[in-house]
Amino acid sequence: MASPVPLSTPTAPAVEARLALAEQLLACDAARPCAEAVVEWLAHHVQAGASACLVREEHGERLRCLAARGLSESQCAALALTPEGDGHPLVEVLAHAAPRYFPGPRPPLPALGSGGWFAVPLGRPGAPPVGLLLLAMNGAVLPREVAWAAAHAGPTLARLVPPAPVAQREVAGNGLLRRIIDAVADPVLLTDQAGRPRIANARAEVLLVSGPDASEGRRRAVELNRQVFATALASASSAEGASRSSGFRRREVPLVDPVEGMDLLFELLSTQVLETDGQVAVVSVLRNVTDLGRATQALGESYRRLRATEREARSERHRLDRVLDSVADPIILSDPSGGTVMMNDPAEKLFALPLDGNQAARGRVHTNDATFSSFLANLVDAGGSLRWRGQLSLVDPATGATIPVEAVASKVLGDNGELTGIVTLFHDRTEALEKARLLERVKDVSSHLEARVQMATAELAEQNEKLRRQAIQLEQASAAKSQFLANMSHEFRTPLNAILGYTNMLLQGVSGELTPAQKRNLTRIDSNGRHLLEVINEILDITRIEAGRMPLHLSDFGIPELLQEVVAELDPIIARSRLAVSTELGARLPAVHSDRQKVKQIVLNLLSNALKFTHEGSVTVRADYVTATSTLTISVTDTGIGIDPVYQEKIFEDFQQVDSSPTRAYGGTGLGLSICRRLATMLGGRVTLQSVPGRGSTFTLHFPRRARRA
Amino acid sequence: MTNPSTTPKPLVLVVDDYQDAREMYAEYLEFSGFRVAEAKNGQEALDKAFELRPDIILMDLSLPIIDGWEATRRLKSDDRTSTIPVVALTGHAMTGQSDEAKGAGCDSFVTKPCLPDALVDEVRRVLATRGGSRPG
Repeated sequence: MASPVPLSTPTAPAVEARLALAEQLLACDAARPCAEAVVEWLAHHVQAGASACLVREEHGERLRCLAARGLSESQCAALALTPEGDGHPLVEVLAHAAPRYFPGPRPPLPALGSGGWFAVPLGRPGAPPVGLLLLAMNGAVLPREVAWAAAHAGPTLARLVPPAPVAQREVAGNGLLRRIIDAVADPVLLTDQAGRPRIANARAEVLLVSGPDASEGRRRAVELNRQVFATALASASSAEGASRSSGFRRREVPLVDPVEGMDLLFELLSTQVLETDGQVAVVSVLRNVTDLGRATQALGESYRRLRATEREARSERHRLDRVLDSVADPIILSDPSGGTVMMNDPAEKLFALPLDGNQAARGRVHTNDATFSSFLANLVDAGGSLRWRGQLSLVDPATGATIPVEAVASKVLGDNGELTGIVTLFHDRTEALEKARLLERVKDVSSHLEARVQMATAELAEQNEKLRRQAIQLEQASAAKSQFLANMSHEFRTPLNAILGYTNMLLQGVSGELTPAQKRNLTRIDSNGRHLLEVINEILDITRIEAGRMPLHLSDFGIPELLQEVVAELDPIIARSRLAVSTELGARLPAVHSDRQKVKQIVLNLLSNALKFTHEGSVTVRADYVTATSTLTISVTDTGIGIDPVYQEKIFEDFQQVDSSPTRAYGGTGLGLSICRRLATMLGGRVTLQSVPGRGSTFTLHFPRRARRA
Repeated sequence: MTNPSTTPKPLVLVVDDYQDAREMYAEYLEFSGFRVAEAKNGQEALDKAFELRPDIILMDLSLPIIDGWEATRRLKSDDRTSTIPVVALTGHAMTGQSDEAKGAGCDSFVTKPCLPDALVDEVRRVLATRGGSRPG
């Protein structure tokens, strides 16, 4: 008894398995492998005692078993018998196009134990079935997998199994026949075995027949089509023997539309018939499968793309998870109502309830949740703005420490601008706040410092001003000093002139003969007066040099004569000393152009110093000319007390002697060398000193042969 | 004084406003065998020079009323005294004064302090070079 079949309760479908079958079916180009694939697949996925796949053939009145499992060949053959009469169970199923369960024995269905048979029609939905699935089963519940397999294998088989051809028996008369076949949209033609058309309908003529007035392009296209068609026909008949029983041969024939030039794909169905004259002819029907081919291709392509996209999406999801977890900042994705969809690891530390049930930690997580929820509520209320930024104070569930965070929530909008989610990123601001605090302190300190610097700068400016005033005052004081000294020296010299003059006169006996004691005392007055005069003159010289009132008087003169004069002037002192004083002249001493008086004054000073500080030995005055530098040198070398290196520079300063104490052994103002150095500078030269204490000193005046007026 | 020469002793006009110096030089010149006339300023020097026609004039340059440079210029521009040699005396050792003195017509230039014997040597030297033109 046949009864409607309820669907089984859903079992967990192995999606992968379904996909595998779908892929297999897509790849099939013939009915048999397709059937085999389905039977094979069902054997693995459904608890069935036996199964088979049958398809209709020839006028839809025969069933052929394409694949079977758990059935013998004879049992299969029995099923394939042409079903006769309404009593055949399978014919009923085909007629009703709905699955049936046959619980009891129903020949020709084989009897297998106590179970019954399921018969599931196969075909396109809404079209007559092209075949059946048979399954020996114990329950009347159709397994979901069977229904699914049938639904998917059906259309595939329908594509691969030729439909029942149109019956031609009723055709009467050529005219009517012609009209009928012309009305068929597919090309229909009767040819001989070589493919030469005898009868062709209108559509076939377009493709395979060209009139005498056809264009060259069209003729060629038609010629090409006929060759392709003939080849296809020939290959169909050569394979005839292999499956004679089917009667139909199907081949795909690529033709060209001679009018449009488009590539078309036809399925060729050809059947040999015997003409009335006994000749073998071939009836061919070309089914336009261009669109179908394209659709199949497109379907396959979309499917592959779908798979690729799915794989991609899966790896993308993986990657996204990893990326999110690798971000150190907590991230939470919420749905539009504020429910948490997902969060990364750092977020879990703050917002996920701890597994160990620590009460304090749970409380802190709840606090965090509440804080976050109210923050999100703000964003949702914010209306148009896509982003919401807020400073939150969260609590570390583990330690209870406060974590200041900046939360940035962004709305995730769908394609139509609707809110699909909210992404919130938390940024720990502990460090930033600490930095800000430090920065504040640094600012404080630096502004304090700046104030102090400003104060110091102001002080410095004040000091500078004071210094500037002091410098002016000093300059004025110095000028006043120079003027004072110039005046004073004049005032000194006038009376000194009288003192020295009268002493001189008394010593000469102008006022009569003198006693030896008077003469000795007058001599002392005289020598002290002369010393005083010397001091005054030196002071005057320094003052004049400082005041710039000692110009150069340049003239040409010879060094030998000058040295002679100097020695002669000091002759009285030389005579009193027990020193050997000598003069040496270098070779080729040229005449010089300089200030003779100043050169003489320097040499005079150096020589009198040497005499003063040398007690025994010798003093040598030597003049040389250094051609390379056009420089004259006049050196005074003594065997005197020498000068400690510590004092060698100091003695050129004003009023300095090595011993400046009041009880010093040597007289003099200490101005002599200072004057010498200044005069030498005026000449464009200098005075140098080489000395070894206790061994003697050499003072040397260097000056250019030709002085330049400053 | 002790000069028995038949030629009259040369007359020296000593011009100096500082009495001690003037009299010192005068005394020493007399001691050295010269006749001496004295003047204590420029005007007096001009008057005495025109009146006495001395053989040589010792002229201090810093003088009251008429200074030494001006007095010298006037003496040199007057026919009566233009040939009398003038020895300038100055306490200012400042350079430039000797040039100025010579510009005014001074024949020689002596810087004070100048010892009496040195001055007499200078007077003798100037008179010797002028020997031919000496009046009398």
